[in-house]
Amino acid sequence: MELRFTGVELNFRQEVRDFLAAECPPETRAHLTSGKSPTKAMVVEWQKKLNARGWAAPEWPVEHGGPGWSPAQKYIFREELQMWPAPMPLGFNINMCGPVIIEFGTEEQKKRFLPRMRNLDDWWCQGFSEPGAGSDLAGLKTKAVLENGEWVINGQKTWTTLAQHADWIFVLARTDFTAKKQEGISFLLVDMKSPGITVRPIITIEGGHEVNEVFFDDVRVPADQLVGEVNKGWDCAKFLLGNERFGQARVGASRERIRRLKMIAKETLDGGRPLIEDPEFRRQVTEMEIELKALEMTVMRVIANETKRAGTGKPDPATSVLKIKGTEIQQGVSELLMKAAGPYAWVDGDPDAEGSNDWDVAPDWAFGLAGIYFNWRKQSIYGGSNEIQRNIMAKAFLGL
Amino acid sequence: MDFDLNESQSLLQDSIRKTLTAKYGFENRKAYMASETGWSREMWAQYAELGLLGLPFAEEDGGFGGGPEETMLVAEQMGRHITLEPWFSTVVLGGGFLRHGADAALRQEMVEGVAAGETLLTFAQTERQSRYDLFDVQTTAKKDGSGWVITGRKGMVLHGDTADQFFVTARVSGASRDRGGIGVFVVPATADGVSVRGFRTVDGQRAAEVDFTGARATHVLGDPEGGLSLVDRVVDEAIAVLAAETIGAMDVVHAMTLDYMKTRQQFGRAIGSFQALQHKAADMLVAIEQSRSMAYFATMAGQGTDAGERRRNMHAVKAQIGRSQRLVGQQSIQLHGGIAMTMEYAAGHYFKRLTVNEAMFGDTDHHLRALADAGGLVQAA
Ligand SMILES: Cc1cc2nc3c(=O)[nH]c(=O)nc-3n(C[C@H](O)[C@H](O)[C@H](O)COP(=O)(O)OP(=O)(O)OC[C@H]3O[C@@H](n4cnc5c(N)ncnc54)[C@H](O)[C@@H]3O)c2cc1C
Ligand SMILES: Cc1cc2nc3c(=O)[nH]c(=O)nc-3n(C[C@H](O)[C@H](O)[C@H](O)COP(=O)(O)OP(=O)(O)OC[C@H]3O[C@@H](n4cnc5c(N)ncnc54)[C@H](O)[C@@H]3O)c2cc1C
Repeated sequence: MELRFTGVELNFRQEVRDFLAAECPPETRAHLTSGKSPTKAMVVEWQKKLNARGWAAPEWPVEHGGPGWSPAQKYIFREELQMWPAPMPLGFNINMCGPVIIEFGTEEQKKRFLPRMRNLDDWWCQGFSEPGAGSDLAGLKTKAVLENGEWVINGQKTWTTLAQHADWIFVLARTDFTAKKQEGISFLLVDMKSPGITVRPIITIEGGHEVNEVFFDDVRVPADQLVGEVNKGWDCAKFLLGNERFGQARVGASRERIRRLKMIAKETLDGGRPLIEDPEFRRQVTEMEIELKALEMTVMRVIANETKRAGTGKPDPATSVLKIKGTEIQQGVSELLMKAAGPYAWVDGDPDAEGSNDWDVAPDWAFGLAGIYFNWRKQSIYGGSNEIQRNIMAKAFLGL
Repeated sequence: MDFDLNESQSLLQDSIRKTLTAKYGFENRKAYMASETGWSREMWAQYAELGLLGLPFAEEDGGFGGGPEETMLVAEQMGRHITLEPWFSTVVLGGGFLRHGADAALRQEMVEGVAAGETLLTFAQTERQSRYDLFDVQTTAKKDGSGWVITGRKGMVLHGDTADQFFVTARVSGASRDRGGIGVFVVPATADGVSVRGFRTVDGQRAAEVDFTGARATHVLGDPEGGLSLVDRVVDEAIAVLAAETIGAMDVVHAMTLDYMKTRQQFGRAIGSFQALQHKAADMLVAIEQSRSMAYFATMAGQGTDAGERRRNMHAVKAQIGRSQRLVGQQSIQLHGGIAMTMEYAAGHYFKRLTVNEAMFGDTDHHLRALADAGGLVQAA
């Protein structure tokens, strides 16, 4: 048992900090500090810089341009980016589709897609959910039929995050209509410029445009854009969702938000005194901090385990714990941030919109905090809802 | 980062596990509790034989030089069997004072006896007004010739009815809640002016109310007016040990609950098939895993040399595990239904130990408040 970071790991932390200080544009940092999501341009610019440094795809094997880091280094990297804050490598490319291609794809597919994914020459989005297939993803109805060496896709995806930015979409579609529902699904890579694709915005409760409906109307896809075996797409999906849950612990991001919260609670007055001096408020912050500390150690344990699980191709079921706790903490902190803003949290407006708060109707730091609180309710819904995580745990760990 | 046990740690864990599994079943425990001392002298001798009682002491003092990780392993196994012997009071509390506060002569005098199972130690701290504040001390120590005499009443002294030596906090100067002016004194149970009233605690352990009436101390540990930092240090380590013990107890009662859910039939099916109960069991697991992480953290942080940081970390440990153990304790009773309400069934006994551990050296509210007052763990931006 050795429960500390090694000297090598600590040096690495410093290396990441130095890189952030030198390379992360100050406007990007300020934009993120205010709680806004990064713009497309910010994400692209940053990822190209990461790629130039060889750091764009922390989880990928070296042969595909990964940096060859230990699990602890990957953790440190994620945490430092989130705390700076700087944009994370684009999840759809790096944590979702890329690993699936590496695990299940052909050599051709690897050569064609991976370098562009890493450099964010192509922005990918995730076409899994459908109106009738949410938690019960395998109930999806979008179908793909092979015609003259091309898959022809018809159907509808929904909740597709940032499809408006996307060049490519990875899609789960039904390719066998007689098999059991998990067994007739395939994983397809589709160019968003293909004729027959329509993207329609969905505006979420805080007013932002983050998700979309994506319609497929006789969309033709070359046969070599199917990943893995025909009708075995569910294996890809399960593999991908396991990786997704791991990323949702977001320890560094929550720590950054708590720092921000404390800064705001020092500035804002309650009963004529800084809010941070209110014992009841302070206690609520502390409750978040202790769970976050425990989560940080839980992540370390999962990371330490990861080395041992390497090559099994299966996600650690403990990731469900990370998902549940990670999202509970993030939602809890977003609620405290809104509370800290008091009445100034009520100004309506998409917190991500450019030039928001131009009217100067609230302190800058308060603007959009309610919007983020509303938006972050999504965290316990997507990526396998927290109820679904409990079902997984009951089955996989508890034998119930 | 490496959470695996090394070979000697695995051996240690195995040997305790084997012994306790063989000799510390629920029926054994009941018999030990019903015995005259309220715990088993025979088991105590076994612990000595296994080397558990000398484990954390330096080899030159007659111990085995074990580190905090080894102590954590022992504690976890003790927790799995909710043992009754004075291991925590003797080795962790009294032992902590010996290791961190005693000079070589005193260590020479006591460690060997402790390791052999012949000397029992304990910590006399709590007073009627003090609640969980370690610095709230009214018991007095007065200089008398070359030594000190102690006067005051100490409550909830763990295993105070069998202890041979008391490590007593007493005030040399200052007011009741001053942080300065407190010393740690060693008073033998046989000293004149020591009177002990033993009783059973709700979780089946023994404790005592101890009156010191001009009782003569044999030693003072370090500065007689600057003992609080020593007390903090020993208690911080003890919190880390309690954390590991609590993990052991939570694991067992959770497993017991799951077993029951798989076998108990109602409405024609196992109650474990009801999703409402499955989700509660999953939440218990989340709480336990978070606590296990905190117990690892405690093992690291309990050794910290920056006292302020160490205290903050241990507040976090105690509060996080406190919340978890309450949830796990209460839910294990609930998920069992009526059966767990009976003295005959083990779950209730685990619940009671978890409840006592939550409050030992400060309950969740106490530590949350203390951590909040100290600025928390994360610095403002
Ligand atoms: C902001 C946002 C972004 C998203 N981005 C994407 C994306 O980019 N790509 C994509 O493919 N999808 C995306 N999703 C979709 C997301 O994965 C789904 O919302 C999620 O799978 C839940 O499905 P649902 O919304 O249809 O809810 P439902 O499945 O209808 O669930 C409704 C409620 O019932 C509960 N429930 C369902 N089944 C069970 C069960 N068996 N046991 C207990 N409780 C159950 C759920 O937990 C939930 O509380 C996004 C969603 C949101 C909100
Ligand atoms: C102190 C005490 C006094 C009592 N006094 C009396 C008395 O005077 N007379 C008398 O007749 N009885 C009495 N009872 C019995 C009491 O009514 C039962 O304990 C109660 O009905 C629960 O049954 P059970 O204990 O068998 O638990 P079970 O029915 O076995 O339940 C175990 C667990 O499963 C849950 N569960 C069961 N079914 C479902 C379901 N369908 N969905 C979700 N969860 C479920 C329960 O909520 C519980 O958490 C007493 C019980 C106690 C503890």
